[in-house]
Amino acid sequence: MEGSKAESLKFVIVGHVDHGKSTLIGRLLFDTKSLPDDKIEEIKKISKKLNKETEFAFLLDHLQEEREQGITIDTTQTFFKDKAKNKEYVIIDAPGHVEFIKNMITGASQADAGILIIDVTEGIKEQTKRHANILSMLGIKQVIVALNKMDLADYKEEIFRQVKRKAEEFLGSLDIKPKYYIPVSALKGENIVNKSEKMRWYEGPTILEALDAFETNDLSKKEILLFPVQDIYEINGKTIYVGRIESGKIRVGQKLKVLPSGEITEVKTIEKFNEIVKESQAGENIGITLANSLSIERGNVFCESGKEPILTNEILANIFWMEEKELTEGNTLFFKCATQEVPAEIKEIKKRIDSSTLRLLSADARKLKNLEIGEVIIETRNPVVITKFNQIPELGRFVLMLNKEICAGGIII
Amino acid sequence: MDYLSKLENKSIYIIREAYYQFRNVAMLWSIGKDSTTLLWLIRKAFFGKIPFPIVHLDTTYKFKEIYEFRDKYAKKWNLNLIIAKNEEALKRGIGPEKGKFVCCTELKTNNLKKLIAKYKFKALYLAIRRDEHGIRAKERFFSPRDSQFVWDYKNQPPELWDQYKTKAKTEEHLRIHPLLEWREIDVWEYIKRENIPIVSLYFAKNGKRYRSIGCEPCCNPILSQADTLDKIIEELQTTSVSERSGRAQDKEADYMMQKLRSLGYM
Repeated sequence: MEGSKAESLKFVIVGHVDHGKSTLIGRLLFDTKSLPDDKIEEIKKISKKLNKETEFAFLLDHLQEEREQGITIDTTQTFFKDKAKNKEYVIIDAPGHVEFIKNMITGASQADAGILIIDVTEGIKEQTKRHANILSMLGIKQVIVALNKMDLADYKEEIFRQVKRKAEEFLGSLDIKPKYYIPVSALKGENIVNKSEKMRWYEGPTILEALDAFETNDLSKKEILLFPVQDIYEINGKTIYVGRIESGKIRVGQKLKVLPSGEITEVKTIEKFNEIVKESQAGENIGITLANSLSIERGNVFCESGKEPILTNEILANIFWMEEKELTEGNTLFFKCATQEVPAEIKEIKKRIDSSTLRLLSADARKLKNLEIGEVIIETRNPVVITKFNQIPELGRFVLMLNKEICAGGIII
Repeated sequence: MDYLSKLENKSIYIIREAYYQFRNVAMLWSIGKDSTTLLWLIRKAFFGKIPFPIVHLDTTYKFKEIYEFRDKYAKKWNLNLIIAKNEEALKRGIGPEKGKFVCCTELKTNNLKKLIAKYKFKALYLAIRRDEHGIRAKERFFSPRDSQFVWDYKNQPPELWDQYKTKAKTEEHLRIHPLLEWREIDVWEYIKRENIPIVSLYFAKNGKRYRSIGCEPCCNPILSQADTLDKIIEELQTTSVSERSGRAQDKEADYMMQKLRSLGYM
């Protein structure tokens, strides 16, 4: 059984506050019978204590503040299983309040797919737009739109169509093409796991059926080898360069080029504890020893001559600024991409965009405020090894740090 | 790559990353199945030569099987083992009969505080998992604690694309959680695949076994016939009781775990 087991699909549920994210999760867990009996008892007990109806949202909202105020503060992950199909999922819950956007991004960055939830009685709101925008920036292409609270709209097809049309229009402008628009009531369990009898006019899949059609994001299957050095260990007289292969394959005897120095070397051995390995592939954490002694440090990248990534100290990228302190041109930042960590500054802010309206606030701006998106040119103190995000995501995405805190995520365009 | 190998690789990446960032680190080994699995992964990450100490926070109330296992494998795996006890609190007679909250706080949390004060560790590896408890599900892979050990769960750092928090001046230490994404059943399947030795208390004897182990007075066995790894894995696939239902800390008060954790509990 083990070994053949497929990886669980990770999906994030995003959307405006109170549009029903946590309730949808509770419903998925409940209807797939993924809840231990003692958990259900606990939820009932606490709901009663707080004078509420049994509140599924409490399954994930575990913090005292979350339950008493009825909000999600932090991102959470939970597992559930579609027993009928023997398929497993990880649900990532993301808070809808704008104050907790960092938590939302933390959650969403780990997802293979996303469900954007919209309350049909309220339609598209500020966080709907911002969250959709973040999904787009994070490169999440597999998207379902759940049009929720259909029970409050008397399950009318007309309402569904109206909101769907507006969502299509908006998401189209973000280059998001949702695979499904599904009318649901998370509270009543309509079209979540069980097909709705009240919406016979809808012929598409339920949420669970729609999820089944999605795939886990596999590591780069690209041929080009990228092996960034994470650390260097001296063990039993051997110098071992450890790290994770981000793309391609590596084998004993292979000629390697080291960037940024450009020096050439050869793989002498591949090191794994108590294993003899001749070849390793993307996703594996290995160590290698080299045929000759070179001056190599963390952040250097092994690749192959003729198949090299970009070596540069100027990067054009879209960044999402998530820090109270404004970003201004000339701020000293840290650019972190894979294992590379280099001091950097923003040379130019070409565009400044409001992340909820997507309105261009200014071209050629001087600063970026919290929750704004910028198209920027970053200048790094030393050359870095990168690719465009749509080529090899592992070396096409990065974070910026200011005073030891991650303050922005970015993708290289 | 199969599912367990993916989990293994992600954990090894985190283990090595934390060691690179902090160097002066240690691992907390409770000798339970999760932290023994973490120890196994750490041995792999460093090719069998772990460059930092392994700490046992000894409340002195652990099962005797735990002590035997600890001593056997500390020797076999050549560990740099630190056994930490809060001697001062023990002298004052702190124990389970003084109340569980006080006991956990003194013999675990304050014990840890003293240890960090002594060794100045910048980061600690812990084997907590998201699926153990709702509060733990909110954790980060790299999770900062301030000088009072407070976990500021309302203002956690962002983590994306394997980029983690580095230590700021105001922070005492970071908790590193390489097993955060693992589930109970993943741990067991990995133990089976890798043939990792574990404490015998997990296997059923006379119709009972421990699903989670810690201090003897605060752990209750579950009814079970599972006396092999295969049977445990099978049992977990059909159970409708959560893992820590036998653990006292999780039940006493609704938010006891949150309170303990925000004070620095593991």
